[in-house]
Amino acid sequence: MILKIRKRDEPWKWGALVIFLGALLFSLGVSALLLAGQGKDALHGLNILWQGSFGNLWALEGALLKAIPLFLCSLGVAVAFRMQIWNIGAEGQFALGAIGATWMALSFPDLPGYFLMPLMFIMAFVLGGIWAFIPAVLKLKLRVNEIISTLMLNYIAILLLDYMVFGVWKDPTSFGFPMTPEFTSGAVIQGIGGSRVHWGLLFCAVVGIGLWAFMRFTRLGYELKASGEGVRVARYAKIRYGMLVMFVMCLSGGFSGWAGCIETSAVLGRLQPSLMVGYGYTAIVVAWLARLEPLNIAFGSFLLAALRVGVENLQLELQIPAAFGVIMEGMILLVVLAGQFFLMYRLERVTRTKGE
Amino acid sequence: MWEFLIPLFAATVQSGTPILYATLGEMMTEKGGVLNLGVEGIMSVAALAAYLTSYYTGSPWLAFLAGGTAGMAFASLHGFVCITCLGNQVVSGLALTIFGLGLTNFLGVPYVGLPAPGFTPFDFPLLSSIPVIGDIFFRHDMLVYVSFVVPFVFWFFFRRTSLGLHVAATGEMPAAAAAVGLKPIALRYFAVIAGGFLMGLGGAYLSLAYTHLWTNGLAGGRGWIAVALVIFAFWRPGRAVAGAYLFGGVMAFQLRLQAMGTHLPSSLLLMLPYLLTIIVLIFSAWRGRRIDAPAALGTNIEPEG
Repeated sequence: MILKIRKRDEPWKWGALVIFLGALLFSLGVSALLLAGQGKDALHGLNILWQGSFGNLWALEGALLKAIPLFLCSLGVAVAFRMQIWNIGAEGQFALGAIGATWMALSFPDLPGYFLMPLMFIMAFVLGGIWAFIPAVLKLKLRVNEIISTLMLNYIAILLLDYMVFGVWKDPTSFGFPMTPEFTSGAVIQGIGGSRVHWGLLFCAVVGIGLWAFMRFTRLGYELKASGEGVRVARYAKIRYGMLVMFVMCLSGGFSGWAGCIETSAVLGRLQPSLMVGYGYTAIVVAWLARLEPLNIAFGSFLLAALRVGVENLQLELQIPAAFGVIMEGMILLVVLAGQFFLMYRLERVTRTKGE
Repeated sequence: MWEFLIPLFAATVQSGTPILYATLGEMMTEKGGVLNLGVEGIMSVAALAAYLTSYYTGSPWLAFLAGGTAGMAFASLHGFVCITCLGNQVVSGLALTIFGLGLTNFLGVPYVGLPAPGFTPFDFPLLSSIPVIGDIFFRHDMLVYVSFVVPFVFWFFFRRTSLGLHVAATGEMPAAAAAVGLKPIALRYFAVIAGGFLMGLGGAYLSLAYTHLWTNGLAGGRGWIAVALVIFAFWRPGRAVAGAYLFGGVMAFQLRLQAMGTHLPSSLLLMLPYLLTIIVLIFSAWRGRRIDAPAALGTNIEPEG
């Protein structure tokens, strides 16, 4: 008996879900081995991970809290990936959004919230958008590879953020710690009904539904989807490809910028380097796992946010390095990529019979 | 002036060496038609593998090989996902980087700050006594001298050996290569794994000759710089050397400025290599030589049936 690769006549219907769950299980298995390798009780460790992620209300709240910036960044990444524009720069665009929001919060501390907050959101979108617009223009005008330019801009953005909080914006009363002064109350997004989860969650829902409607019902959204098939298809359909790339990148960067704004305002209440925890990179994992669909992205953000919370718990209880979560993210994505083979192909048993 | 420039150029060669190994590794991979964005992750894992081997065995050469082997192992993961499973090359490379960085930061924690034996500089017999040139190029560690030879081997491999020509053919037109009886899948695996070996050597250099101790974030973006340099070099080893030393120079210069205590904030100085990467890409695009890229770069070979 030998196995032969056959192309499927139609894609495997529930395959994506099966592959994802398989990848999750596989990654958990390898993670358990890693824990055992560190001399920890692996099963106990996985239990702590589970308890920390989904075990109680506090954990779920934490997951929801982390899902907010992840969702916005992933949405941004997904919009660009849809057009086969590889925007790896969500991390930098997130940082620029945070810088934009802080700029407004520190410049107009006395404005009431209903004036200041829109200003912060606008500036976060503009700066995040500009940070994505630069690679878009470089790509269109000079054919500079956007993967590398967006990535380099991540490094530059984080250093820019450092520069601001170590110098220009440093709080004189912070005893030398690199952080800005605390935001005034008008610049802080409040929690919903006394919980840790804040109004940014509602904002996410509005943006998510807005994007879905935009893609579904507008001509521009349709063109965007069509351009995902490639430049040539877009040209054939008389779509202004260049304009669309710039538009999509600005949107993409703007979404990540919003995430930076919300995280700075609602969670930290000031700008400081600890803001940058790699949401922009996790967002890429989420976007791809979710197959770039907004609703899946919502679930995916929550799931990977929960994983992050669980790993924090593991860090606290068993002194496991935080990088444990990053390993799992990378591994899940790798296995899913490998598994996607089975969406298009299947292995068929070929039995040789006599006379053949 | 010379008292300042000669040490600077010598430091340039040293800082450029890991980038050179990594750039040649990525170039090897891309020549076979596979884009590997996992360089940053591969270098990190290899740096740790080399460090640990040196830490426990005390043998730098064994450690250097361990770095290369770790690079091969990691790159073959990318090979499996892209070549066998037809996964998206961009995303697979990114996933590999995320995975590799995570794994390094996870396993390296207990060793942060601990020294391990590595390679130390020595005066190369005869050559080091040449004025200026000797001071710049021949007062380094052994791995730097090895890196002088690798670009020639690389050039020879792709110009003069049939295996090299076959690998390049799969990077250009895998279907045509298959039609004349070559095995594109096997050749691509070869390119990816051999490339991973070179990237691994670059990573090993970082922990064995650059720092001599373990720290997190050792790769520090060098993997990404390597990806950019392959484009800058138009897929030619000679230009890769120039590019690697250009970046080595900027990194060495920026360290020196910081040590001299300038008034420029360090965060702005640290931006230099990343800014330069973008500038270098703009420059290569302006020269308009994208035609030199392997034609089938980034596209997978679909199985028949």
